[in-house]
Amino acid sequence: MSFLTYLINGLSLGSIYAIIALGYTMVYGIAKMLNFAHGDFIMVGCYIIFSVSGAIGGGSTMGVILSVILSVVLCSLLGITTEFIAYRPLRGAASPLAVLITAIGVSYLLENVALLIFGADVKSFSSVITWQGLSFADGQLRIQGVTIVTIVVSLVILICLQLFINKTKQGQAMLAVAEDKGAATLMGINVNKTIMLTFAIGSALAAVAGALLCSAYPNLSPYVGAMPGIKAFVAAVLGGIGSIPGAMIGGLVLGIVEILSKTYISSQLSDAIVFGILVIVLIVKPTGILGKVIQEKV
Amino acid sequence: MEPILEVNDLSVYYGVIQALKGISFKVNKGEVVALIGANGAGKTTTLHTLSGLIKADTGLIKYKGEEITKIPGHKIVSMGMAQVPEGRRVFAEMTVFQNLKMGAYTRDNSAEFQETLEKIYTRFPRLKERSSQLAGTLSGGEQQMLAMGRALMSHPEIILMDEPSMGLSPIFVNEIFNIIEDVNKDGVTVLLVEQNAKKALSIANRAYVLETGSIVKEGNAADLLNDEAIKKAYLGE
Ligand SMILES: Nc1ncnc2c1ncn2[C@@H]1O[C@H](COP(=O)(O)OP(=O)(O)O)[C@@H](O)[C@H]1O
Ligand SMILES: [Mg+2]
Repeated sequence: MSFLTYLINGLSLGSIYAIIALGYTMVYGIAKMLNFAHGDFIMVGCYIIFSVSGAIGGGSTMGVILSVILSVVLCSLLGITTEFIAYRPLRGAASPLAVLITAIGVSYLLENVALLIFGADVKSFSSVITWQGLSFADGQLRIQGVTIVTIVVSLVILICLQLFINKTKQGQAMLAVAEDKGAATLMGINVNKTIMLTFAIGSALAAVAGALLCSAYPNLSPYVGAMPGIKAFVAAVLGGIGSIPGAMIGGLVLGIVEILSKTYISSQLSDAIVFGILVIVLIVKPTGILGKVIQEKV
Repeated sequence: MEPILEVNDLSVYYGVIQALKGISFKVNKGEVVALIGANGAGKTTTLHTLSGLIKADTGLIKYKGEEITKIPGHKIVSMGMAQVPEGRRVFAEMTVFQNLKMGAYTRDNSAEFQETLEKIYTRFPRLKERSSQLAGTLSGGEQQMLAMGRALMSHPEIILMDEPSMGLSPIFVNEIFNIIEDVNKDGVTVLLVEQNAKKALSIANRAYVLETGSIVKEGNAADLLNDEAIKKAYLGE
């Protein structure tokens, strides 16, 4: 029974990684850049929820819903603004390093602004999910509410994203921009707008991930997004960066491996094991689990 | 005859390299105009500038009497100017059908879409057979047809074609040129960029010769086919 509990916890943590990785992978696939500040959007989302629910007196269901919605909207706007101010001017720059370094700069900027506003002390985040969860087999198997909600939310997000990309015109435009910006422009697609939409969606997902992450691990600090951001990046690469199902699979694998190795091997070594797996997968299959062979476009 | 496209003293730089050195030409409604020239002459640069993929540094582009020099690329196709780009550039990871749908991105009428799609499938039966196949798995000739079908989905008044015969087997080359003539007969004006000068001149009304960024000759296609200098430089005779 306890193995099952750990597996479900791993699935839940993996779902959070997956949601973050989806944002990473979409931005990479469409804008062709690694947004290393993506993890810090999680942190911004958490502080927004923390502040809003603090201001309106947390605990009420309405307050919780309002704070999460506000967090999603504001993170989207932050994503769009960051893209517009920091990344767009560098699109088409001679070296892809320019935008990568800018993204790292944005990451430090966000962390330090949070430090300035909220201080370095760890805030205790009150979970947005008050449901206690379910218990099975006479209480031998208990699954927390936050765990179940996290898994369900990530599944819903994945399905919605797939439908959006495959069934809507905007989604198809994203695929076209991902493949060939010039050809997409010739079709009449506004590439800038499409990339903007990608950032909006990716950042909104980061806000959702933040709400779930801080509900499961309620310690809020300016660096709360950094490690999950890196893990999600690993998940995206593991699954095949640019691939949406890949990000999902990569996230789940990572979460399960992390929890199981923490439980059965060593909690100190778990991160080493996680990154070790990445190295091995990349040696065996450099494009990741679902990654396609990267074609250089002329 | 009224010009559908007029280009006046157009210059384009890539950094410090001047790719187009003040070229002027025009395309009249209903014509097939060929733009021929060697590799690196500036043909693709010309078409990219017309479609708004790169910005002109100086000069004027007029389409149907309206200046479009500064209009962003994604707005050009809905004005009626489509392009079949060099190297086809189909969306390899999308199906043939999805590619055609992207071609109709700016059109919002689903009845019209069905009708146009049927027309294109009649013109290119191979595309219909392979409608659910990924475009990346098509042969070069089939991809060229897809690129043409995709451009036609937008109901263009003028279509810019960049080396449609490049890399194709002789059978496909003939087929492609037949299709270009058919498309033109249906009332679509064609600006055809080619290195295969003989073929291009044989279906064109008029032609311009581009050499390292400048237009060095222009005239009726039939006259250019018999021009001694052209024969020597471009027709291999
Ligand atoms: N993206 C680019 N950056 C720099 N120079 C370019 C670029 N594209 C084309 N050129 C140069 O501009 C000139 C014209 O190129 P192009 O228009 O592609 O010629 P064509 O299509 O006639 O073969 C060439 O000298 C080419 O090297
Ligand atoms: Mg060319």
